[in-house]
Amino acid sequence: MGNKTLDKAKKGKFLKILSLPKGLTRIQLIRFGITEGDIVLCLERLPGGTVVIRKNRQEIAIGFDIAREILYSNHS
Amino acid sequence: MSSQNSTEAELTEKTKSDNKKLKVVLAGNANVGKSIFFNELSGGYVDVSNFPGTTVSITKADYKHKYEVYDTPGIYGVSSYNEEETVAREIILEADIVLNVVNSLYLDRDLFLTQQLIDLGKKVTVLLNFTDQVKARKLKIDYDKLSAFLGVEVIPCSAVEKYGFDKLDFAIEQARYGKKLADLSSMRNKESLASIPEPELLLYAEGDQLVSDKYNLPVISFDEREIIYIQRRNSVNELVSNIEYEDSSKGKFFNLLGRLSIGPVSGVFVLIAVLSMMYLFIGDLVSQQLVAFTEGEIGHKIFEYNLKNYVAEFTPSEISAEILNDEGKAIEKRTFIFKENLLADQQLYKEYKDYYRDKDYQISFSFSNPVYRLLFGDFGIISMTITYLLFLLLPLVLAFYLAMAFLEDSGYLPRLATMMDRSLNRIGLNGKAIIPIILGFGCVTMATITTRILGNEREKTIATAILQFVIPCSAQLAVISVLMTSAGLVPFMIYAFVILSVLVGLSTALNYLMKGTYSPLLLDLPMMQIPKAGNVLKKTYYRTLGFMQEAAVWFFVGALLIGIFDVTGLLVVFQDLLAPITTHWLKLPKEASTAFVMGIVRRDFGSAGLFEMALSPMQITVAIITITLFVPCIAALMVMLKERGLKQGLIIWGATWVGAFTIGGIVAQIIIR
Repeated sequence: MGNKTLDKAKKGKFLKILSLPKGLTRIQLIRFGITEGDIVLCLERLPGGTVVIRKNRQEIAIGFDIAREILYSNHS
Repeated sequence: MSSQNSTEAELTEKTKSDNKKLKVVLAGNANVGKSIFFNELSGGYVDVSNFPGTTVSITKADYKHKYEVYDTPGIYGVSSYNEEETVAREIILEADIVLNVVNSLYLDRDLFLTQQLIDLGKKVTVLLNFTDQVKARKLKIDYDKLSAFLGVEVIPCSAVEKYGFDKLDFAIEQARYGKKLADLSSMRNKESLASIPEPELLLYAEGDQLVSDKYNLPVISFDEREIIYIQRRNSVNELVSNIEYEDSSKGKFFNLLGRLSIGPVSGVFVLIAVLSMMYLFIGDLVSQQLVAFTEGEIGHKIFEYNLKNYVAEFTPSEISAEILNDEGKAIEKRTFIFKENLLADQQLYKEYKDYYRDKDYQISFSFSNPVYRLLFGDFGIISMTITYLLFLLLPLVLAFYLAMAFLEDSGYLPRLATMMDRSLNRIGLNGKAIIPIILGFGCVTMATITTRILGNEREKTIATAILQFVIPCSAQLAVISVLMTSAGLVPFMIYAFVILSVLVGLSTALNYLMKGTYSPLLLDLPMMQIPKAGNVLKKTYYRTLGFMQEAAVWFFVGALLIGIFDVTGLLVVFQDLLAPITTHWLKLPKEASTAFVMGIVRRDFGSAGLFEMALSPMQITVAIITITLFVPCIAALMVMLKERGLKQGLIIWGATWVGAFTIGGIVAQIIIR
């Protein structure tokens, strides 16, 4: 169960968020409802690494630069 | 309910009572319906859209002479990380009562702000919006438990169904302090912090720059502020898991549509479908068929014809009548000269009327009296302006705003932003920049204000430059599409190619020249939905009304200027002066310079001026490229100067002059032989 960065997530898979970037981005993610340990669904991964995840009903688009700083592991 | 006009006595009375009025602030995340509640309380109308960042400024209204109600931008927390937050933060800190509007479907996101508002020590009532959606999705929310946990009133409502609106008075009156989560007692004990009022102390603990500056304190580190954040987040997550039950598969279709619109391949198809539908509606149905009727039949044949015929009854005129064949080409022409007026020479009048009776015709009038020419001539302040405004622009602008409103409310735009993110990264923007750019096709002025939603100054500058340079607004686009259809496919492709190249070239150059980089995308995607007809129509109505009011003034001013130039002979002088550029460099007839002069006032006005000229398809292409790139209208310039500052604004404005004529000229040299 290797830890990968979110920009490489697979579409349609449930993921466990292991770590978020530091600073302002972290604060904003927490506000949106994303914290470490959360299980989210990867709704889409666009070429270039923009990722859309869903937690409960909330969909969040995450740019490549943020996604590559988020670590996740696959959740079955 | 709001009182705008007051007598002096009332005013003094008002100032007295103003001091006693309680400040009621509507606060909540983006897209939760704050503005609809505000409209209900104020009895007025503010713009409502289904994308983050619609409300970028504060709107205020009086409610029952007891309260001042404020609408705020959508925020996810009270702090000052961006412009919307800074604006909202200030007004929330001053609030007596906060009505926190919450989206029932996104409780875990929205209640985070709710808890923060309670922690700030504000009197709060929660307006739980979208209960209609909760029902539709067979979701259950335990309102009593939620209320007990937060310690404040929770009122289920549905802005769409106007459910719960009767409880707004109750909501304001019953607002109270809730159960605080954040424990600031350890901070209170520090001497340097003892005197700071509670709301500000909380913000300080959460790393608020402005509070730290105010009290000369060091900003708290991210690690420290995170403790409060994580605690709040965990508490909200736990709360939500305790009060929300059952999810059904309702809304599957829109979820699917939402997903398709962000897919790498399907997203392109959705985009093409959206653009095609817009083209069919605006480009074909409205700008071809409807405008041909309103402008040609109503504007020229009924309005101007009758108006000028009537005017000719009082003043000397020269009337040329052309008889047209089935294809609309002139096959016969005769000029009638009425030395005194239309009715003085009954014989000639009868001949004139008989000449085109029962035939397809085109009549043009020429008045020798300068005053009549100024008012009713080719550039007549009354004749031309009214035809352009009411019969050409109004239907077009109405159609554009309708399409825009539909797009905005559907929830599609943030998804388009997601899809475009990586592509826009290449030109120094993030995906969100697609929103002002798309809106620019509606109105560049409005879109320039929307650049505020972008992450940093650099992005705002690049987006503003793109808007002012290459994006034609709806009014102009309308005229362009009419002209372009007459020119054909090749000219259109040349036009599209040149404009796209300028777009890419300009943004690449700016991206290269300006220091810094784009801000990474982090965007919440609202639900996809069928826009509510009421809101779409209201929005279209108010925006069109606003547009027409503003456009009317500038059209009359422009027509007056051109009219005076025309009557005094200055127009010819001006045309001669510009002739080297217009005729040699741009290879257009020298009258085309009139269009440029008019274009300074309003861009669409300029393009509309090209209508009257007999241009070849390639000349139309060059003229339209030049006009598209040419300076933005006065209103857009004013907004740009305000948003970007005098220096940067004027640089962009000046650059559009040089750019438009240089590029237009180069294209002319290549395509016009």
